[in-house]
Amino acid sequence: MSGAALAVLIVLGPLLLAGGFLLGRRTARPERTSDVGTPVEHATFETLHTASLATPPLRAGLTEESARKAARRLRSLLGTDALCLTDRERVLAWDGLGEHHGKHVMDHVQGLLGSGRYTAFASGCGDLDCPLRWGVAAPLTVDHRVLGTLVAYAPRESAVLARAAGEVARWVSVQLELAELDRSRTRLIEAEIKALRAQISPHFIFNSLAAIASFVRTDPERARELLLEFADFTRYSFRRHGDFTTLADELHSIDQYLALVRARFGERLSVTLQVAPEVLPVAMPFLCLQPLVENAVKHGLEGAVTTSRITISALDAGAEAEVVIEDDGVGMEPDRLRRILRGEGGASTGIGLLNVDERLRQVYGDEYGLVIETGVDAGMKITVRIPKYRAGVHGT
Amino acid sequence: MNQSYTVTAVALVVLATVLVGGFGLRISRTTSDFYVASRTVGPGLNAAAISGEYLSAASFLGVAGLVLLHGPDMLWYPVGYTAGYLVLLVFVAAPLRRSGAYTLPDFAEGRLESRAVRRLVSVFVAGAGWLYLVPQLQGAGLTLAILTGAPDWFGGVLVALVVVVAVAAGGMRSITFVQAFQYWLKLTALLVPALFLLLAWQGDGRPRVDLDLASAVAGRADHPLYATYGLIVATFLGTMGLPHVVVRFYTSPNGRAARRTTLFVLALIGAFYLLPPVYGALGRLYVPELPYGTNADAAVLLLPERAIGGLGGALLGALVAGGAFAAFLSTASGLTMAVAGVLTQDVLPSRGVRHFRLATPLAMAVPLGGSLLITGMPVADSVGMAFAVSASSFCPLLVLGIWWRRLTPPGAIAGLLLGGGLSFAATVITVSGAVRSGWPHALLAWPAVWSVPVGFLAMILVSLATRGRIPPGTNAAMARFHLPEALMPSGKGGVR
Repeated sequence: MSGAALAVLIVLGPLLLAGGFLLGRRTARPERTSDVGTPVEHATFETLHTASLATPPLRAGLTEESARKAARRLRSLLGTDALCLTDRERVLAWDGLGEHHGKHVMDHVQGLLGSGRYTAFASGCGDLDCPLRWGVAAPLTVDHRVLGTLVAYAPRESAVLARAAGEVARWVSVQLELAELDRSRTRLIEAEIKALRAQISPHFIFNSLAAIASFVRTDPERARELLLEFADFTRYSFRRHGDFTTLADELHSIDQYLALVRARFGERLSVTLQVAPEVLPVAMPFLCLQPLVENAVKHGLEGAVTTSRITISALDAGAEAEVVIEDDGVGMEPDRLRRILRGEGGASTGIGLLNVDERLRQVYGDEYGLVIETGVDAGMKITVRIPKYRAGVHGT
Repeated sequence: MNQSYTVTAVALVVLATVLVGGFGLRISRTTSDFYVASRTVGPGLNAAAISGEYLSAASFLGVAGLVLLHGPDMLWYPVGYTAGYLVLLVFVAAPLRRSGAYTLPDFAEGRLESRAVRRLVSVFVAGAGWLYLVPQLQGAGLTLAILTGAPDWFGGVLVALVVVVAVAAGGMRSITFVQAFQYWLKLTALLVPALFLLLAWQGDGRPRVDLDLASAVAGRADHPLYATYGLIVATFLGTMGLPHVVVRFYTSPNGRAARRTTLFVLALIGAFYLLPPVYGALGRLYVPELPYGTNADAAVLLLPERAIGGLGGALLGALVAGGAFAAFLSTASGLTMAVAGVLTQDVLPSRGVRHFRLATPLAMAVPLGGSLLITGMPVADSVGMAFAVSASSFCPLLVLGIWWRRLTPPGAIAGLLLGGGLSFAATVITVSGAVRSGWPHALLAWPAVWSVPVGFLAMILVSLATRGRIPPGTNAAMARFHLPEALMPSGKGGVR
């Protein structure tokens, strides 16, 4: 009896899961298609939907992989027997019948690659049963350069297909332009990371050296220690290899940074740490926390004569690590902070915060941006969530 | 039987778990000294945590029960539970840590660059986790029923509630300390009474323990040799894939530390497993009616009371009960966290922390239902099935993923589905009781002997047939797995 009940349970378990999954899906996404609208509108929805499905692969640029995935969708969009995507040298993907035409495609589109004009051609197939008698090729252009072609085949000449292929090719071109845009945004962020590394130097190096100089005569031993900290800190900050580090290393560098800051401000700065040892090996983008601590130090000491308190905690939260940096300084007008994070804050302030926020979003997705709680004279609390694993992020 | 001692001991264990979990971190690591704060978890502490999480109801109650019932043949259970870490140490520990993966689905995605494989692995993680949770809850029910006369379902529901509340509220934050604490608690709870029991045995003039199989209940399988091999394969190869064990390795700072940790685990677990057989053997002597009664898993709990008696016996019995509860709580919370994490990340649509809280009750509800429905199956056997599923699905994935360049995503999927799927099906059929005797029963109840080779073969053959699908990043991944961190081109150089 218990056996039968168990079998029921084992069947129920996955069903329950599937139910939860579907329920989540439904609540997470609004209804896609509805029963309203005329048949024409339905057809439009259908077309737009197919087009939207072809979009994600193309956003990775024109490669064999992305072409293979997109070609299937594009062919159903055009409703032809065969569709082919090429770059400037070779066929990237063939979807549909008659793959043996593949080797002739490049001959047919040679002219198009030079001129960027549509070409229609007879396939000249020797096989009488082959339905692909006629083809039309349209260029895929990005910034007026022809990156590749889209070729559609049909049993006979068709003006409708020629027009449609042209439109689809233009739409694909827009997607490829977006891909290009994505790439330049990545390059921009990489450049910004480099800029941020360079940015640490001027102020901080000058101040630290001045502080160390003040100890050289009175306390040579301390001066020596500080110089060593300084050497370690700059070596870490200026390292050229790898975009990622571990939380342990990042905390270590923050410690050196704070030692140098303390040399300047002495007792005015007190720091409390709470670190869960489980999260120390977490991999994370290089120099993501140091700017936040620098920010906290600046806010904490700004305009105040009294001591400033900074709390840094790193806690284990299941599949994520949660790092919180809190100061009791002057805080900030939330509106001003919002402007800074939109990149409208002016050149002088908050480049660090903005940069960290953008890099976190870039690496982990938008839901992992900085969470900042602040108010005027209310201090500032910055929360960073870091997933313990993300494909491509390796700290060592 | 003095219930108040037992109730107090169980309540203390629950309270201590919650307190160490919630406040352990605060006491130990709030400081202004960076070198104290950023001290990583050492191999010793991490190994105690892994052992604490690993030593479940099956180890604490089940092994002794089996030895009591079926004699020394059952010593293969503790041997297998321990030796699994040897295989883990040799083939998996360091590369897995260097891969940077937190969970098995992470590993699958990182190595094979495929979301589909990730999803499938997640499903198996949830399945194996559930199979493993059922006996924990059953054990809790049994313990409370025997010691306090509570209804059978009460203990399971209690453990489920404590775990769900603690995990969902984020109370398990300093999990390493909690689990390490649980290991030492469990060891003490078995070791101290065992010493007293041996003294009592000595005092009785050392009666000879009759471990002859014939005197016990008739053999438990029609084909004991085959069953033993099935058990050996499942436990040796299944340990590496247990979801709650894998996540603990992430705490080690690097591959070398992971390997050292595994070595410590071998020592700690080996020491622990010396004790249950003592209970099993003495149980033969002092609780002779058990094999013919309801449940042999209770041997450990009843022994102190029977052999020593009086106030001392009651106190020692309470200690054992507390240790047993530590076993249920630690393993169940580790498994629940692992399963809930996988459910939120890969199965349910992502909605952040809120969904983790929703997934926790779901992760617990299924095994709780199972534990209420299945009765009369020795806990060590149910755990053995979780091991078999893990050995047939995750072991091929890990071993081939780490040591074989030509593994492809379709190959991995085929191996998981055939090896893992068949062993899972066999488990379901066995538990449902459709086949009860002869070779079919033996083959289905101990599937690892055939399902592990099936899993490996499917992965290898399908991978060879789909050579074109070898992930482009394979060489980079292999270099990361196998080169010591200090040698990696982008490494941080040296260990701090």
